[in-house]
Amino acid sequence: MTMQNIGRPTRPEGEAETTGFQSLTGGRGLLQDEPLIFELGGWTKTGVDLPAAAEDASDLAGLTRSDVPLPGLSEPETMRHYVRLSQKNHAIDLALYPLGSCTMKHNPRLNEKAARMAGFADLHPLAPIATTQGALELMDRLAHWLKTLTGMPAVALSPKAGAHGELCGLLCIKAAHEAAGQGHRRTVLVPTSAHGTNPATAAFVGYTVQEIAQTDDGRVDLADLESKLGPDVAAIMVTNPNTCGLFERDVIEIARLTHAVGAYFYCDGANFNAIVGRVRPGDLGVDAMHINLHKTFSTPHGGGGPGAGPVVLSEALAPFAPAPWVVSGPGGLTLVEEAIDEAASAFGRMSAFHGQMGMFVRAYAYMRSHGADGLRQVAEDAVLNANYIKARLSDVMTPAFPDGPCMHEALFDDAWLEGAGVTTLDFAKAMIDEGFHPMTMYFPLVVHGAMLIEPTETESKRELDRFCDALRALAAKAKLGDVERFKGAPHLAPLRRLDETLAARKPKLTWKPEAELA
Amino acid sequence: MRYLPLTPDDRAEMLGVIGAPDIDALFADVPAAARKADLFDLPLHAGELEVERELSALSAMSRPAGAGPFFCGAGAYKHHVPATVDHVIQRSEFLTSYTPYQPEIAQGTLQVLFEFQTQVAALTGLDVANASMYDGSTACAEAVMMAQRVTRREKAILSGGLHPHYAAVTQTIAHAEGMHIVRQKAAIDAEAAVIDAIDAETACVVVQTPNVFGVVTDVTKIAEAAHAAGALLIVVTTEAVSFGLLKSPGEMGADIAVAEGQSIGNALNYGGPYVGLFAVREKLVRNMPGRLCGETVDAEGRRGYVLTLSTREQHIRREKATSNICTNSGLCALAFTIHMTLLGGTGLQQLARINHARARELKAAVQAAGLEVLTPRFFNEIAVRVKGSAAKLVDDLLADGIVAGVPYSRLDPHAGLDDVLLLCATETTPTEDIAALKSALIAKAA
Repeated sequence: MTMQNIGRPTRPEGEAETTGFQSLTGGRGLLQDEPLIFELGGWTKTGVDLPAAAEDASDLAGLTRSDVPLPGLSEPETMRHYVRLSQKNHAIDLALYPLGSCTMKHNPRLNEKAARMAGFADLHPLAPIATTQGALELMDRLAHWLKTLTGMPAVALSPKAGAHGELCGLLCIKAAHEAAGQGHRRTVLVPTSAHGTNPATAAFVGYTVQEIAQTDDGRVDLADLESKLGPDVAAIMVTNPNTCGLFERDVIEIARLTHAVGAYFYCDGANFNAIVGRVRPGDLGVDAMHINLHKTFSTPHGGGGPGAGPVVLSEALAPFAPAPWVVSGPGGLTLVEEAIDEAASAFGRMSAFHGQMGMFVRAYAYMRSHGADGLRQVAEDAVLNANYIKARLSDVMTPAFPDGPCMHEALFDDAWLEGAGVTTLDFAKAMIDEGFHPMTMYFPLVVHGAMLIEPTETESKRELDRFCDALRALAAKAKLGDVERFKGAPHLAPLRRLDETLAARKPKLTWKPEAELA
Repeated sequence: MRYLPLTPDDRAEMLGVIGAPDIDALFADVPAAARKADLFDLPLHAGELEVERELSALSAMSRPAGAGPFFCGAGAYKHHVPATVDHVIQRSEFLTSYTPYQPEIAQGTLQVLFEFQTQVAALTGLDVANASMYDGSTACAEAVMMAQRVTRREKAILSGGLHPHYAAVTQTIAHAEGMHIVRQKAAIDAEAAVIDAIDAETACVVVQTPNVFGVVTDVTKIAEAAHAAGALLIVVTTEAVSFGLLKSPGEMGADIAVAEGQSIGNALNYGGPYVGLFAVREKLVRNMPGRLCGETVDAEGRRGYVLTLSTREQHIRREKATSNICTNSGLCALAFTIHMTLLGGTGLQQLARINHARARELKAAVQAAGLEVLTPRFFNEIAVRVKGSAAKLVDDLLADGIVAGVPYSRLDPHAGLDDVLLLCATETTPTEDIAALKSALIAKAA
């Protein structure tokens, strides 16, 4: 089988197998097949009661469309359709969700309630500043917390996700170099273990990406870094704790060497959860770092966004931060929305408005709930839980870096599966049958058959034990040669393995009526 | 602490299993100089009641759009969202799940994305849509960069009717990526002016309809001119409800349609999170940015959905990726899809007609108050010329409890359009509020 190196399922193997008992109508008890909304017959239906429109649109003659070919459903039908669909999803509220690098932690519902308060949710981004003081105050307080927790003097709030934050940070760095007559710097150094978004962002901004080697103990190779640092280097991008779940012990030296050649230190803050409240990136020499509010500060992942990626900045980069930002004025707080006058060095604008306000409210509510003491405990429990999993599984699986503690993630390779006829992917899919979401697979790329497990601090010891017991039982089965359990997995999910190759070869990206398909 | 399940006994027992003397031993790799022994200078933990009180107090410091007469649009719109929408998006299985990379246990999210893509394609009149972007402005920037990939040309012409913040975002992001961005001078009804600027170097023209001044334009001629020069036409829409009434971008010849989807299913949220819509013609699909959901079958031959064509994306392609976006706006897309399903095509058409009717009433009212309406053809927004500064007028009317709209100078202080005010009416704008605005305008003029 050709192995994808990306943690996705590949083309299913083996014969389709049936699971014994069959219902008469094709469903599985309460889990019923649910057609698409386009197959439910509502082509003239609507689930809203609107008043009649008083006027026609005769003033728009020639500019209007004749129909909108989309079905509608009544409210009860809509509710049932989407609730049925929801039941086909796994979720953090159902079980430990050990996706390394993703920080799937509990999402407090207080945060949801707060984000829906009228003074945040029903607030227009261009409403007069005098009418939005509460929102600006919240942004200001959030900024204060982020700056204090990172030990950095400035923050750009507007980036809408982690990768968007990386882009913002690199644009600040680029602008700073240009302002200093250093616009000729063309290279960004990125460790081999980096998130894919790091080299992608650097290349996007026009930099040449050069990889830094990794040592055998999973850290940046200082000698290799030093040999590649030079007057052409604009920045390095290092994740810390890194994607192997390890703290870069030499981080202060990395920063010193980087600054010595006039380059900036971009830190990917995806793993900030491991050190929040205990370590300030500013003390490590970091110049810019994005913070995934949807990881460390618990805004919900929502099935793939929306996220939020504010970027904290050093003194040197702060003047180049994009508009808008909150400032205090004589009449209260206000927004600087244009890169003009005293804000002329701002590099531009990242999005139409002020950032992910709904996420700011949630993140702030989360920080206030934890406080300085609780956030420190977050990092400690996240690291404790990961080390506990590593300790409980190290005799049956092979840790990629057995010596010393890990941070918030336990990383295993697939050496222990050698000869078993079971791959990382198969093992991960079998976890689904035991009620757990798979861990992150085949990432970081530097570890063969990587299995990256991040439990987060919101798991109880009981749930950690349940998880470890399940993985130990599966590992035993794998070693006993129960290959079919793994190759055919998942057996008990709403669907069996899906044919990704077919999906990519003949893309069907929208529903079409039968007539058009013929 | 209520979010942390471990007890002190658990911690001690777990450290024992690990073989670590204390928690500090697990942080041994942190350089001593960077270890903070003391708590940071921030407040300590707080109970739910205490935090809720603080946030309620902050919320109460602002005046929500629904608190009285309110006429702001210009890229974000106040609409009624059915209660069903917010209930469903708060279900744990949607709210607390990750990106659907494990499709066997994410069919709920994936089927929603497939429905979303189909809805967006139908609304925009194009063949294929992606699973959403961050918002309309970043979708616009990505569309411009996509045009560069398709045409291998560097120049993008942005119409003077494009929302200035969209133009700024496009300039920032697409310029960083190496493109040459030409912004045309802001003008009320300027769409046709892009035709003269199209040349053999042009990758794309970007035209907004209804534009930032509310003007509705048939862009068919612009599409023809762009295509004749080998360039793409990108049509931007900031008010998604207008898809219920106006000719679709696809019908008028757009190659790429981008839109802000906030109006359907999503609250104002002071600017975010929103949901960017992105649709293209079939032949362009492999150049598209963002996530895509596609249909396939499982090992037993049953229909299912997966994320597909991910070899375009940066978490896979790394430095060879084609765009900056690595996520989508999943939960906002879900809200969009549920609201759109409740509306159906007929409901959206009705909603759009109501919006247009409210704006006609608004137009008549401001005209009766003596203001000059500048927008010749509109959907639910109009631009008016006021005497003196529009910003000052908005401030003055605020004293009467009326939020009279967005001064154009707020979006673009250097356009020399300080006397232009942008106003919007939707199904949420009652006749009494329009009457209150009219009375206040007349009183100010007196």
